[in-house]
Amino acid sequence: MIQATQLSKRYNKNTVLTIDSLEIPKGQAFGLVGNNGAGKTTFFNLLLDLINPSEGHIKNNEIQVNKSEDWKPFTAAFIDESFLIGYLTPEEYFYFIGELRGMNKADIDSFLTQFDEIFNNEILGGKKYLRDLSKGNQKKAGIVAALIGDPEVIILDEPFANLDPTTQIRLKKLLKDLTTNSKATILISSHDLGHVTEVCERIVVLDKGEVVKDIKTSEETLKELETYFSA
Amino acid sequence: MIKHFANFEWKQFFRSTYWQKSIALNILLGFFAVYMMVSFLVMGVAIYPVLKDKFPDKNPLTIVNGVLFFWFLTDLLMRFFLQKLPVMNIKPFLILPLKRNKIVNYVLQKSALSFFNFLPLFAVIPFGIMLIANDHGTLTGLVWIAAMLIFTLIINYLNFIVESKSAETELSFLPIIVIALALFALNHFNVISFSSLLGSAMNAIVENPIFILVPIALLIGVYFTNYKILRKKLYIDEGVKAKTQEASTTNMEWTRKFGSIAPFLQLDLKLITRNKRPRSSIFILLIGLFYGLIFYPNPMYNSWEWMFVFVGIFITGIFMINFGQFIPAWDSGYYKLLMSQNIKYKEYLNSKHSLMIMVSILMFILSIPYVYFGWKILVVHFAALIYNLGVNVYVLLYAGSFNRKKIDLTQKAAFNYQGTGAVQWLVGIPLLFVPVLIFLLPYYTLGFEAGVATLIILGIIGVIFHQKLMTLITKKYLQSKHKMISAFDQSN
Repeated sequence: MIQATQLSKRYNKNTVLTIDSLEIPKGQAFGLVGNNGAGKTTFFNLLLDLINPSEGHIKNNEIQVNKSEDWKPFTAAFIDESFLIGYLTPEEYFYFIGELRGMNKADIDSFLTQFDEIFNNEILGGKKYLRDLSKGNQKKAGIVAALIGDPEVIILDEPFANLDPTTQIRLKKLLKDLTTNSKATILISSHDLGHVTEVCERIVVLDKGEVVKDIKTSEETLKELETYFSA
Repeated sequence: MIKHFANFEWKQFFRSTYWQKSIALNILLGFFAVYMMVSFLVMGVAIYPVLKDKFPDKNPLTIVNGVLFFWFLTDLLMRFFLQKLPVMNIKPFLILPLKRNKIVNYVLQKSALSFFNFLPLFAVIPFGIMLIANDHGTLTGLVWIAAMLIFTLIINYLNFIVESKSAETELSFLPIIVIALALFALNHFNVISFSSLLGSAMNAIVENPIFILVPIALLIGVYFTNYKILRKKLYIDEGVKAKTQEASTTNMEWTRKFGSIAPFLQLDLKLITRNKRPRSSIFILLIGLFYGLIFYPNPMYNSWEWMFVFVGIFITGIFMINFGQFIPAWDSGYYKLLMSQNIKYKEYLNSKHSLMIMVSILMFILSIPYVYFGWKILVVHFAALIYNLGVNVYVLLYAGSFNRKKIDLTQKAAFNYQGTGAVQWLVGIPLLFVPVLIFLLPYYTLGFEAGVATLIILGIIGVIFHQKLMTLITKKYLQSKHKMISAFDQSN
């Protein structure tokens, strides 16, 4: 589904990402881990054509992302709060995204019912604009919005950060259900090794912009990662 | 510590992309400043001999003191629109071992160094020297200069009080206009003659320098009022408390009629109505509508038909100029979302385009009553409307692709009341004056009808090539997409 070839990103002389070849097959739950500055967000930004690669390219479903915009209809993402429109209520925001993805209000209303548990009555009908919600609740709204319209590729940058423990557990369950029940390819980055090994079938470790490990998740993966990062 | 504050602001200013991208604009502002300084200097030197020449039996000082009221009123109005309260991001400093008083005093004292306080000196000091040179006495000259300086500072701080008060209300700059008009009217119709009151007060100070203590006391008063207002704002929850309004979800079903641009149109309407800064464009409409009343009732302007073009472009284009020049910066806070969502750039820009032309047409319809002052006015307004719809709107959209300055709609930075200054008005100048120049050439060679026709034809050409122009503009936006994203990502 996603294919990075000879990809690199440099700022002045400073290389922040070099990936010779990385392929993520359709339907995979893909996890990206690495310390700060490892290049996780850079990779996602390149995949979404928010920054230009210095060399190489990324193809999303055979579409080169910086050449054509045709990848947009089947790709959704939540990277940070700048994906939220602060002066809308959460409902209006969901309707807006829904409209862009060809879903009407009724579709969205029924779509949202499955998230009642996660929303915990703090998001919908709250008479608050998104900008006035807490960081955690903003994140919930952003993640749910990224799931609107059955996208084939879902990109979530650190979805677990800022969430309360209950929501972390519920989100984990949600993402696991998603990987088993749909054909969606899911890309997640996280600093929480436990969460990411639970959700993802495959984990890639980045260090200073390079792929240093590419693991198919198994019982030992968490141990392996912990040893790697404590070294 | 003050050394550090000043250093931080210096860095914030010069390290922002905005500065680096808009050197040309800064140079333009610089020229403007120099021009103003020279004008004031000439005025300060020339006014004494001119008055002496015209009114030989009167004391020039008394005449000048008599009109100080208008000087101060203009000064206050100018400042309100052009001078920004010094903005400082205070949050990082709050928990550092720093006295809060120090932060507030720093911000307030720094504002005394504003260009707007130095500008009057260019007229005041030469006039004071002229007083001394013309045997009014050294003391008189010095006291007069000192009193003017103190009054200038009073206006400086008074303006911040007015700004902070009007920022709390929803009406933006309506109050200051009303207050200024009321003061002017009271004076004009001699209900309370502020100008003669202020004149005699100034005469008294000059004759008896001890009275200078009164303006000094006033200055201390306004300073401490400011101090109290700012001191209260030094708690982070202060902003939050005031800001959380009850939200209402609206559908705006009527926008459906506009087809594929409907979601963006809804978004723009919500943007304008729910955020303080874009909301000011609504009040600007009111000002625009009544702008013609300044010129048209005066028979002197009736023969200046080019003046109608200026007013017409202003009335039908005021929203365009005000809103359009910040496309796409209005959406800068969530630009990454728009760029990665399932959005056609062209539809996004088309929705902005539709909004601007709808408001322009509405403004034209509302300005039809000006026909009372002559049918030519209506004709010219129509031509100006067509010109705006066919030329200016595309110029603004195209210029938007060079936009690199983020607009913080949430206005978290404390002390940030207006966010825009003189620059905003400078951008409007070519949009307002180019059509006047275009009108003038055929007008002087072929006559009124030719001038009007030229504007209309230019406008129609633009409207005919709408699709082509929009494709071109869209392409330009796509080219600068990555640059915009990274600039909008910067917090300053």
